[in-house]
Amino acid sequence: MLQHKTTAFFKPYLARSTISISKTINRMINSHKKYTASLIIFITLQFIAACNGEEVQPDISLFLPSNFPPPVYDISSNPITPEGFALGKKLFYDPILSRDSTIACGSCHIPFSSFSHVAHSVSHGIDDKLGTRNAPPVMNMLWHTTFFWDGGVHTLDLVPFNAIQNPVEMDENIANVYEKLRRQPTYRQLFTAAFGSEDINTQTFAKALSQFSLMLVSANSRYDKYIRNESGGELTAEELEGLALFKQKKCNTCHATDLFSDFSFRNNGIKEDLTVDKGRYLVTLNPDDMGRFKVPSLRNLSQTNPYMHDGSITTLEGVLEHYAEGVLLSETLDTLLQQPDGTLGIPMTSPEQAKIIVFLKTLNDIDFNKDPRFAE
Amino acid sequence: MKNLKFILVAILAFATVFSITSCEEEDESTPGPLTLHFENRAGSSTLNFGQAYNNEAGESLTFSTFNYYISNIKLKKADGTYYTVPKDSSYFLIDGEDNESHEITLNDVPGGDYVGFEFVLGVDSLKSASDIGQRTGVLDPAGAAQGMYWMWNSGYIFVKVEGTSPAVTEVDGHFFYHIGGYGGYSSPTINNLKNISLEAHNSEKASVSKDAHPEVHIYADVLEVFKSPNSLSVAQSPVVMFAPQSTDIANNYADMFSINHIHND
Ligand code: HEC
Ligand code: HEC
Repeated sequence: MLQHKTTAFFKPYLARSTISISKTINRMINSHKKYTASLIIFITLQFIAACNGEEVQPDISLFLPSNFPPPVYDISSNPITPEGFALGKKLFYDPILSRDSTIACGSCHIPFSSFSHVAHSVSHGIDDKLGTRNAPPVMNMLWHTTFFWDGGVHTLDLVPFNAIQNPVEMDENIANVYEKLRRQPTYRQLFTAAFGSEDINTQTFAKALSQFSLMLVSANSRYDKYIRNESGGELTAEELEGLALFKQKKCNTCHATDLFSDFSFRNNGIKEDLTVDKGRYLVTLNPDDMGRFKVPSLRNLSQTNPYMHDGSITTLEGVLEHYAEGVLLSETLDTLLQQPDGTLGIPMTSPEQAKIIVFLKTLNDIDFNKDPRFAE
Repeated sequence: MKNLKFILVAILAFATVFSITSCEEEDESTPGPLTLHFENRAGSSTLNFGQAYNNEAGESLTFSTFNYYISNIKLKKADGTYYTVPKDSSYFLIDGEDNESHEITLNDVPGGDYVGFEFVLGVDSLKSASDIGQRTGVLDPAGAAQGMYWMWNSGYIFVKVEGTSPAVTEVDGHFFYHIGGYGGYSSPTINNLKNISLEAHNSEKASVSKDAHPEVHIYADVLEVFKSPNSLSVAQSPVVMFAPQSTDIANNYADMFSINHIHND
C-alpha cells in the first residue's frame, strides 16, 4: 500500500533524477575523450592477454596507504578474494538490480567521476524524510565510520539494500533481485566460486558488493606521493602555499587526516532553512543535529561536482566563495564558521582562495579514476 | 573372577532399573515444548482486517496491517526462577496476515510449571546494531523483515499498524504507524523497545514436560496503541514513523498484551 503511494509521490523526483543521469552520461562521453588513449591501450593489452590464453586475474591485494589511519571495516569478516571481487564488480554494473533493469549501482557511482554522480534526489522512502541528495563518491569506504550523508547506516554491507529498495533509486524488491540472479547460471557459478555455495542470500550478496566497494581505494594523488615521499610527488610552490593555507584556515579541522574527513556531522552554512533536508537529525532526532551532514572527503573534486549534499554549489570557486562570504546563519551552524567578532565564515582573500583550489587539485587521483580493475 | 562378573552384572542391572525409575520420577523436569499463541484483538473482539472498530477518540478504524517483533523471551517458573530462551532462537515476527506466525513454539523448555513470561517488544539494540551475518530469518531485510526494516538507519520497525479511517482527510484516508528506534548506533536517539512482563491469572500455569504441550494464549489488543497514557487520534496524526511522537505511541502499546488463558493438554 505505502509502497505504491510513495512511488507515485516521488514521480516528479524520479523525473528529475533521470535528467541528472543523462547529464552524467554526457559528461562521461566528454571525459571519455580524455581517456580514450589509455582505454585503447588497456583494451589492446587485454586482447593480447586473451590471445595468449592467459587469465586476466586482477590484483586484488588491498591497498592500505601508509598515510591513512587504520581501517574501520572489519576485513576479517569478509576477506577479499579474486572471485568475490569479480562477483561484486559484476553486480555493481548490472542493471538487473533495478526494477526495470535500467539502472545499476555504476549508473550513479561512475568510475570516471570517482564513483559519484551529479545531483539526484534521494529519500528515506517515507514522507517526512524527503531530501535531494547528491551521490557521494564510493571510495575509501574501508575507512568510513558511517554511510550516507546523514550516517544512517553503520556498516557498508547494509548500504546496497537502501539503494535497491529506494523508490527513487532502483525501486526493486531485494527478494526479487535474488530470484532474478538465481535464474542466471552465470551468477550461480560466480556465487559458488566466491562463497562455496550457489545460495544467493543477503549475506553473500552484500558481502560481494562490499568486496568491490572496499577495493576502491584512492590514495595515489600527487599530494599522497608528496606526503609519502614517492616519485611523482612534487608540489609547486603555489600548491604548497595552498596546503599551508588549508591548514591555517582550519579547513583541516573538519576535513581531517589524509582522508580529508573526520566523519563527523556538521553544518557548514549552506542553508538557512534546515527543514528542507534535516540531515543527521533524521537519524538521531536530536535538534542539535538539524541540518548537519557528514563531512565529505575532498579527494577527486575535479570529478565529483556538483558539491555539497544537495549539489547546490557547482564549482570549487563557488565553494571557496561560500566559505569566505556566503556562510548562512542557522541554529546549528558550526562554531568554526563563526568568528569572535560575529562575522560568518572563514576570512580569505581571493588570492588565498585561488591557492587553496590549486592545492585541492593535487588531490585528484588519475590512476584511481581510470583503474581498469574497477571499470565496467 | 566369576564373582566379579556377577557383581558387574548386578551393578548394571541395578543401574538400569534405577535409571528407568529415575526417568519416571523426574518426568516433570524433562524438557518439552511450550507454545505462545498470540491472538490479535480489537478491544473485546478478535481483530479482523477489513472490519471497523472505534478507538478511544471515537474514530472508526479499519485495519490492514498489525505486525510486531517479539524477542528475548524469558519464562517465569512458579518458584520465581526464570528460563531464558537461547538468544539466537528468540526472535519472532508476528505478522497480522500470516496465521502461522501467531504461534511461537519453544522447544526443549525445561520441565516445570510456568506462571508468566517476559519478552522484548521489538528487536533489542545489540541485534539491531549487528552486522550482516546476524540478519537472517525474521531479521533478513530481504526476507521476512521486508517492510519491517528501515534501510536508511539499519533498524527494525518494532510495531507496524496501518489501515484506513473516514476521520483521516489526507493520504486517501490512510493511517500509518511504523514504530521503531533502538537507541542509536553511535549517537543516542529514541528508544522504543519495551520490556513486557505478563503474569497468568487465577493461578493458571503452563506445565511443561516431555508428554505435555501447554499453550499460553496471549491477547494483543491493537486499540491499546491508541490509548493510555496518550490518546492517539488518526485525524490529528495519520502518519507517525521515526519521529519524537513515536515514543508516545510506544508508551501506549507497552500494555497491549495480556495472558488470556493457558491450555494444558
Ligand atoms: C540512482 C542513483 C544511485 C544508485 C542506482 C545507487 N546509488 Fe549509491 N548513492 C546514491 C546517493 C544519492 C547516495 C547518497 C544518499 C544519502 O546520503 O542519503 C548514495 C550513497 C551510497 C554509498 C555511501 C557513500 C558515503 O560516502 O556514505 C554507497 C557505499 C553506495 N551508495 C553504494 C551503492 C551501491 C553498492 C549501489 C548498487 C546496489 C548503489 N549505491 C546504487 C545514489 C545511487
Ligand atoms: C566546520 C567544519 C568544516 C570546515 C571548517 C570546512 N568544511 Fe568543507 N565541508 C564541511 C561539510 C559538513 C561539508 C558538507 C556540507 C553539506 O553537504 O551540507 C563540506 C563540504 C566541502 C566541500 C564539498 C565537497 C563535496 O564533495 O561535496 C568542499 C570542496 C569543502 N568543504 C572545502 C573546504 C575548504 C577548502 C575549507 C576551508 C576553507 C573547508 N571546507 C572548511 C565541513 C567543513
